[in-house]
Amino acid sequence: MIAIGDTAPEFDLSDTDGEPAPFETPAVVIFTCNHCPYALAWHDRLMDVARDYRDVYFYAINPNDDERYPADSFEAMRERVRRDEGWPMPYLRDGTQEVARAYGAKTTPDVFVLDSNEVLRYRGAPDADYNDPTLNAIWLREALDAMLAGEEVARPETEPVGCSVKWK
Amino acid sequence: MSHTAVELLFWDGCPSHPEALDQLDRILREEGVRTSVELVEVTSDEQAQRERFPGSPTIRINGQDVIPPGDTEPFSLTCRVYRSRDGRVTPVPDPEDLREAVRRAR
Repeated sequence: MIAIGDTAPEFDLSDTDGEPAPFETPAVVIFTCNHCPYALAWHDRLMDVARDYRDVYFYAINPNDDERYPADSFEAMRERVRRDEGWPMPYLRDGTQEVARAYGAKTTPDVFVLDSNEVLRYRGAPDADYNDPTLNAIWLREALDAMLAGEEVARPETEPVGCSVKWK
Repeated sequence: MSHTAVELLFWDGCPSHPEALDQLDRILREEGVRTSVELVEVTSDEQAQRERFPGSPTIRINGQDVIPPGDTEPFSLTCRVYRSRDGRVTPVPDPEDLREAVRRAR
């Protein structure tokens, strides 16, 4: 589990095409999944952030136990990306859950912002309310803006809100 | 509705039941329905099967799910996915759907 100011663990996971997604920074690492209504409610906002911040690497990681939650299987992930006609970030399967454990992911979604030195600069929810799309993932955007400007992130940590990660 | 049973089934791994309970209490009060909500915690997949629990939260009035799940929806410990009236995904029922269900049961 990492805290603000810690160096984040690198990872080596494959996307829904089976292609490796090299770990690059600055980055936003989003633990998410297919079945959680909170993850689904924030999904479009997070995709929009990825489209708006082209100089930042984005990774969506699904760590859930897919035996008990087959909606989170690799095949279901691939089908979802195909149905959406692609995502602006790789959707990665953390089948061993090692990455989620290393980051200390609690929920889906749970968002981590890493600077170019792989240091954790923000962790938490995208914004204050899953039910208000006008918030536009503002906490995440503020963190990115500060980080990219070389400034301190004013609100470096918020409580992640969502479904618990489904541990094996 | 004095003999009406209102149940809220929930799983603690999903954070939505306090919001659902607040919403349900408010709507019952606004509709003038004097009944207490029975909270039923579901803690295992076996219980989920037994209770026919499609996810948290599930609200039943007189045993009827206020938003009946689809025939293929599995019973398990999970967060339930609802749709608001404007089509957005949400972890709790749309308040107006809930209000309609309460009125139907009166």
